[in-house]
Amino acid sequence: MIIEVAGLTKRYGEVLAVDDISFDVGEGELFGFLGPNGAGKTTTINVLTGLGRSDAGTIRIGGIECTHNPKAAQHLVGIVPDESNLYPELTGFQNLSFCAALYGMPKGEREKRARELLGTFGLTDAADRRFEVYSKGMKRKLTFAAGIIHRPPVLFLDEPTTGIDVASARQMRQIISGLHREGITIFLTTHYIEEAERLCERIAFIVNGRIVRTDRTADLLQPVQSKNVLSLSVSDSVAVLPAEMGAIFPDYGFESPAPGQLRVVSAQPISIAPLTRFLEERGVQVTEARRHRPSLEDIFVEVTGIEADLMKKEKERAGGGGGGGGGQ
Amino acid sequence: MRSWIAFSSILLKDARTYYLKPPNISWGIIFPLAWTGMFFIRAGHGLDSIPDLLPGVITISILFGTTSMLAVTVTFEKRQRSFDRLLLAPIPLELLMLAKTSGAILFGIVNSLVPIVIASFLADLSGVAWGLVVPAIILIGVVSTFLGLFIAVSVSQVFEAQTFSNFFRFPMIFLCGLFIPITALPVFLRPLSYALPVTYGVDILHGAVHGGNIMSLGMDFLILGAFCAGLFLLSLYNIKRKWIV
Repeated sequence: MIIEVAGLTKRYGEVLAVDDISFDVGEGELFGFLGPNGAGKTTTINVLTGLGRSDAGTIRIGGIECTHNPKAAQHLVGIVPDESNLYPELTGFQNLSFCAALYGMPKGEREKRARELLGTFGLTDAADRRFEVYSKGMKRKLTFAAGIIHRPPVLFLDEPTTGIDVASARQMRQIISGLHREGITIFLTTHYIEEAERLCERIAFIVNGRIVRTDRTADLLQPVQSKNVLSLSVSDSVAVLPAEMGAIFPDYGFESPAPGQLRVVSAQPISIAPLTRFLEERGVQVTEARRHRPSLEDIFVEVTGIEADLMKKEKERAGGGGGGGGGQ
Repeated sequence: MRSWIAFSSILLKDARTYYLKPPNISWGIIFPLAWTGMFFIRAGHGLDSIPDLLPGVITISILFGTTSMLAVTVTFEKRQRSFDRLLLAPIPLELLMLAKTSGAILFGIVNSLVPIVIASFLADLSGVAWGLVVPAIILIGVVSTFLGLFIAVSVSQVFEAQTFSNFFRFPMIFLCGLFIPITALPVFLRPLSYALPVTYGVDILHGAVHGGNIMSLGMDFLILGAFCAGLFLLSLYNIKRKWIV
C-alpha cells in the first residue's frame, strides 16, 4: 500500500472535522473520496500532504512514516488543491518552472517539463500570459499541471473539475485516466458522482468526518445495477396509490418520492403498458415515463442520506461554475 | 543542490515579482527617501552634521524597506493561498523562510545605499569605519526582516501588516537612538529603547560613522544576533502554530 492511514483524527476547536478514519490506497490505484461539503475531504488531504496536523492516528506514504514529519514524504506527492493558487503575476510558463524548481529540478529539465505540460493541457498559446488573466478553466488546468510537474508517484486531486466548463472538465478527466494508466496513484475527491463512478476503482464515502463505507466501485454498483427502476411523472398526486398498486403488481415496488412522481422498482423488467392503463383508469395521466439506470448516485444517497444533486448545486454555488460529470 | 535550486528560485521570484509592488514603492522606497531628503535638507545649515544623521537615515531605509517587503511576500501570498505551494514543497521550513526573507534583506541593504550615496556627495565620509558599517547594515537588515516576518505571520491582510508594522516602526524612529540619543530620552522610556533590536544596530552605526556609540560594539553585535535568532525562531513557531493547523 502506498498510502496507509490509521485512526486519523483532526479537530478544529470543538469541531471534529475528521473522526478516527482509516484507509489504504494501493500503488497505482485511483481511489475516490466522496462526501458532501464539510464532510472532511479537504481536511484529510491537508493532513496527508502536510498543510495540516493530525490530532491522532498514523500516516504512511510510500512506506515513509510521516505523521509528525510530513516533509519526509512531500517529494513523493503532488497536490492539485481545490482552489487555483498559482502566482498571479507570473506567466503560465514561469509558474510551472517555479513549481518545478521547488522540487529541485535543474533549469533545463524544468523548462522542458513546463513546455511539455503546457502542451498536454492545451495551454501552449497562453504560456507567456500572466496567470491572473487566465480564464477559470485555464487556471484550473495550469494548477493541475503544477501538481504533476515533478512527476509524483502519488497525486492528490481535490475537486479537480469543479467550476470549469464541460470541455475543460472532460479534458481533465482524460488526463486523470492517462495518469492512472501510467501507474500514478491518485487520491481523488469530487462531488460529481458520475465522475467518481467513471474514474475510480475504489471509493470511500465520508460523512461528518467519518468513513461510512469503502468498497470497490464495481462492488458498490453490483446490487443496484441488478434493479430496474422506472420513474413516472403523473398529472395528480399519487400518494395513496403505491399501496393499491403494490397489491395488484406484486413483483414491483412502488413509492411516490414527490407529488406527481411515481417510482417503480423491480428485479424483473418493468412493463409500462399495464401500469399506465391502471393509472389512466383512475383518472391519472402519465405525462412522462423514464427508465432510470441505477448508479453510484443511488448508493451515495443510500449511504450518506444526502441528495447528490443538492450537494452538486451547493458546491457549484461555492465554486461558481460546473464542469459536470459528463462524458469522457 | 536540490534545496539550493528551490532557495534561489524563491529568492529570484520574490525579487522579480515584488520589489516594485506599490506598498514597497511607497513605504520601502519613497518614504525613506523623503526622510533622508528631509534630514539632509534640515542639516543644510551645516553639512558637517550629516555624519551624525547618517546612521538614522540608513536605519530608517532598511527598516521600512524590509518590513514593507515582508508584508507583501508573506502576508499577500498567504492571503491568496500561493504560500501553500511553498509549504507543500519538500524544503525544510527553516530554509523556506530564509529564502522568503532573503529577498527582503537584500531589498533593505540596497535601500541603505540610497542615503549613503547621497551623503557621500554632501559630506566627507573618509572617517567612516566601513568594516563595521557593512556588517551592521546586514544585521539591521536581518533583524528588521525577521521583525517584519513576525508581524506578517501575525496578520492576514497586507494593509494590516503595514499598519501593524507602523506600530513598531514609528516608535523605533524616536526610541532607538536614530536621531535622538538614548541618553537624551526620559529615563522611563530607556528600558523600551533597550528592548528594541534596532537600538543595537544604530549604536554600531553611530560608532562606525562618527564614534558615537554608547555601548560596547561587541555587546551590540551579540544582542543584535540574539534578536535575529529569537525573532526567526518565534516566527517559525507561529507559522507552524497558525498556518499548519
